[in-house]
Amino acid sequence: MKTDLSHLRADFPILSRTIHGKPLVFLDSAASSQKPTQVLDAMDDLYRSHYGNVYRGAYALSEESTAAYESARATVARFIGTESQQVAFVRGATSGLNAVAYGWGLNHLGEGDTILLTLMEHHANVVPWQMLARYTGAKLVYAPFTEDYRLDLDALGKMLDDTVKVVAITGMSNVLGTMPPVAEIGSMARAHGALVVVDAAQLVPHVPVRVDDLGADFLAFSGHKMLGPTGIGVLWGRMERFEEMEPYEGGGEMISDVQLDSSTWASIPHRFEAGTPPFVEAVGLAAAIDYLESIGMETVTAHDHELTTMALERLTDVPGLKIYGPGDVADRGGVISFTVDGIHPHDVSTILDGEGIAIRAGHHCARPLARAIGAPATARVSFYVYNVPSEVDALIEGLHKARKLFNVA
Amino acid sequence: MSLEDLYRQVILDHYRSPRNQGHIEGCDAHGEGHNPLCGDEISLDLAISGNTITEVGLTGQGCSISQASASMMSEAIKGKTLEEVDDLIHRFKRMMDVEQGDDGLDPARPGAVLGDLEALQGVRNFPVRIKCASLPWTTLQEALASRR
Repeated sequence: MKTDLSHLRADFPILSRTIHGKPLVFLDSAASSQKPTQVLDAMDDLYRSHYGNVYRGAYALSEESTAAYESARATVARFIGTESQQVAFVRGATSGLNAVAYGWGLNHLGEGDTILLTLMEHHANVVPWQMLARYTGAKLVYAPFTEDYRLDLDALGKMLDDTVKVVAITGMSNVLGTMPPVAEIGSMARAHGALVVVDAAQLVPHVPVRVDDLGADFLAFSGHKMLGPTGIGVLWGRMERFEEMEPYEGGGEMISDVQLDSSTWASIPHRFEAGTPPFVEAVGLAAAIDYLESIGMETVTAHDHELTTMALERLTDVPGLKIYGPGDVADRGGVISFTVDGIHPHDVSTILDGEGIAIRAGHHCARPLARAIGAPATARVSFYVYNVPSEVDALIEGLHKARKLFNVA
Repeated sequence: MSLEDLYRQVILDHYRSPRNQGHIEGCDAHGEGHNPLCGDEISLDLAISGNTITEVGLTGQGCSISQASASMMSEAIKGKTLEEVDDLIHRFKRMMDVEQGDDGLDPARPGAVLGDLEALQGVRNFPVRIKCASLPWTTLQEALASRR
């Protein structure tokens, strides 16, 4: 490995624990990442010393919490290359995508319109659009992928016509690791006047993202997959699109005035943040971003690539193992899904757990994709900054043990 | 609790060579079960003559625990009366801790012996897998309920 980040492991308290008497090997960061002390401390400090509800109080604690919350927003904005006004804090990528489907989609779509998705979307970028289709009478179409598990751009291009009002795509598949060329798809979509929505839940934690370069209208991601806490995520919007969007939730702090029959909205982005926001979690996310920036996002990506290259090579040597995803690391993230002949993925997961190795098994919240690849369940490993090459060795050893236990060796 | 206790040879044998596979034309009861969390699927056909299950037809896919449990269940219920099968269902669910009870089922009753199925009791120590082992039995209950 050219990129040695092993010194970071000391920052993650959980990595020192054992599972069934074995050192923890955590290979499920695509589901949710572990947290460094710096994130835990930032949240702890806010709770212990500065906690008061944001925007509501004319007292020091409220002002300190408000300042911390808005400073977190500025950190997120800097991280993705945008203005604070274009960063709405939401519960996670899922709630960000729902906010767009309802808040923008309900008043812009109708019968005869089309929503274009891809077959490699997570349920979070499928189900809200299905619900929108049901409410509006719009129809759904899905762009397929190629034999090498890349998005089929030719097919997508043919599906794009002027009835397409929304193109919602993943920035990185949570199953295949595939990274579709979002910017290229964005310009294809815009040529037909379609809204471009990016599910960046896997992309933003692993790859430097400048939202302006992607040419998207909306982009959503979650804090918990990028070293931050649960319950916080970001919806970024192009300003004119945010202006076209209605709030998805109503409540406190999202209004300008409330009369008996109607209300007017607060400014953007506050109108999209009804109720007491998860401001402590926002501060935790900002601390996670500071942490990632101290490593450098280019280094994060390079480290992912090196581990993924190594793992793809080693996994290929395991007899009966089939990988579902691009075989080379170009435009590919650190997510590897696979099956082993004769051993169901859940059994693989249980056996690896016995070795202290945490992986994901199942359909990974992407049932349409699981059907399309012909594997109702797969095992999945995913890497992040704290993973080291010896953990790939442990994975391979664990797989050999599984084959022995199931008499397929 | 070791993995060898979970993956007993009898379980692996049923997983690799599941019994009573197939569909039953014009079956008397049918049930389908699936575990959305992990994608395990069971389709169960029953032929019932009078009060007795005479044929069992299983299809499905999933992990060793769900498919072995289904295969063993198919052997255990074939030729049994509906009362005996009911007895077995409750015994199995109590073994998996998904149903409470003082286990006061009369051991003298013919349906009361789990036999090979007892190999699955190791699953209890792996809580996330209990659903896998129970899926065929829940499917069986639903199949019988829809018939009645």
